[in-house]
Amino acid sequence: MTSSQVNAPAEGEHVKPQADHADRAKTVVQRIADLRAWLFLAVLIIGFESWSRLSFGGTFIFNGFNLQSIAIFAVAPLLLATGQTFVIISGGIDLSMGFIMGLAAVVAAHAINTFTPGLGLPLAVLLGAIVAVAVACIPGVINGLLVSRLKVPPFIGTLGMFGVARGVAFLLAGGTTVPVSNSFFATIGNGRIFNVPYIVIITAIFVLGMHYLLGQTRFGQHNYAIGANVKAASRCGINIKSHLLRLYILSAACAGLAGVLYAARFNAGAAQAGEPLLLDSVAAVVIGGASLFGGSGTIIGTVAGAFVIAVIQYGLVFVNVEPFWQFISVGVVIIISVLIDQAQRRFSGGRQDE
Amino acid sequence: MNSGTQPLLEVNNLSKHFGAVRALDDFSMVIQPGEVVALAGDNGAGKTTLIKTISGVFRPSSGEVKLKGEPVSFATPQEARDKGIETIYQDLALADNLSIGANIFLGREPMTRKLGFIPVLDRKKMADAARDTMALLDFHVSRMEAPVSNFSGGQRQAVAIGRAVYWNAQILIMDEPTAALGVPEQRKVISLIHQLKKQGRGIIFISHNLQDIFAVSDRIIVLRRGVMAGERKISETTHDEVVKLMVGG
Repeated sequence: MTSSQVNAPAEGEHVKPQADHADRAKTVVQRIADLRAWLFLAVLIIGFESWSRLSFGGTFIFNGFNLQSIAIFAVAPLLLATGQTFVIISGGIDLSMGFIMGLAAVVAAHAINTFTPGLGLPLAVLLGAIVAVAVACIPGVINGLLVSRLKVPPFIGTLGMFGVARGVAFLLAGGTTVPVSNSFFATIGNGRIFNVPYIVIITAIFVLGMHYLLGQTRFGQHNYAIGANVKAASRCGINIKSHLLRLYILSAACAGLAGVLYAARFNAGAAQAGEPLLLDSVAAVVIGGASLFGGSGTIIGTVAGAFVIAVIQYGLVFVNVEPFWQFISVGVVIIISVLIDQAQRRFSGGRQDE
Repeated sequence: MNSGTQPLLEVNNLSKHFGAVRALDDFSMVIQPGEVVALAGDNGAGKTTLIKTISGVFRPSSGEVKLKGEPVSFATPQEARDKGIETIYQDLALADNLSIGANIFLGREPMTRKLGFIPVLDRKKMADAARDTMALLDFHVSRMEAPVSNFSGGQRQAVAIGRAVYWNAQILIMDEPTAALGVPEQRKVISLIHQLKKQGRGIIFISHNLQDIFAVSDRIIVLRRGVMAGERKISETTHDEVVKLMVGG
């Protein structure tokens, strides 16, 4: 009896400083977690810059050509990652984006070749691009219906569509690459204005639009709510089914645009265009601060994440390291990034329990 | 039975059958403005069926619900909510990653225009409304933009109640609002309920905790196997009597 009376206030005294301490630690960890993509990027740039200066006596980052190359490297993974950001925030994942991109590249190539004789160069490109993105949206609609109406887990549903889109893309391409003969399209893919490639400008405008969509509209707000608590979102009158349908169409459209820009850059459509990029896109989103459990993530973070990957890939080529090191480095960065996320989760989880 | 004022909510001879199971049978009750009515009963007594039938989740098999004297019939919970009947669920129904304001407006976000033509979420309006509403509940929060996961259980309960208050709920149905909370937090929720009562709202309060029931309620209705087992004024009853009604002694 007496001992419990003595214990009670003692515990009370202990709790407070502990809680404060956890608080401070949490904010530091959380800040690191929020900014991790930028920290990675800074570390990488400083690393490659020093390496470059020491080995070649030249600069890495203050070189216009290098910057352009990195930006061009980043275009396709960034476009996929932008759509993937929305899907991952909602608590899902879209594994079919890589081959939807390939499908769109092949369709763009065929469509532009078909339209060019009748419509002239620019109009054929415009119409071909629209057709390609529209066709890319078809697997997006199917993904959306599978996930929203038939309650198929996104991982499985989009994995199925990964196979379907892949097969259809190769069939349409006849198992090979489809060259495009339209000089306007080639100019878009490889031209530049004030040393900024057109495809980088198109991507930047698009990503800015997506940033607005996620941060400033009801669609974006509902996306966060669904990722955090789908039941709550539904009780508040958000139409989950229609949201998920639009969401997967959106991610497919991002892949479609990536496919069109790929076809422009290489002047050809190829079914395997996006094959290696799918995992890069997921990696960019995760490095950028999103949680695969849903509910968090930003487009800005994803942009940083995509640049981390692009800098690793281009940087290692630049300093002349065997390309296989790219896989290792990107893999290590993903793992570190997830570890930081979990550390942050532990801190915030501990606080909620108390 | 009660004095001449218009009752806020009247439930007349309400029944809900699931196949042969009579989950709720010929049940009637009245709630006056500013009245807290506790619903008690064992698991499966029909409390949940009753509140789900009132709040539009279930269609009644027979009987009627009147809101301020007018018969109402809801096809969805949203319709009930639009008429001012709000249910606050045990699991709070908050999006933890969003701010208080964003939670209050979830699904009904206000928009404004930037540069005169770009539609954007009106975060300022959401934050202002959140601050005013929480102040109305005597809850003063300084960090309006922080996600609600940063707040304690009682504060989160207050956010859920604040959402109902902002959208002008006249009837608040609270399902075990104190179940997941520590003792000081429970006291906060109890004082919140007193605030709501002062504002003339009607509250249906479901709890297993007789202490809480006796602390806030004006009346208690005990359900047993889908029928009313008894109705008592809190001032005229005891824990023992309520327990007897619940177990059917």
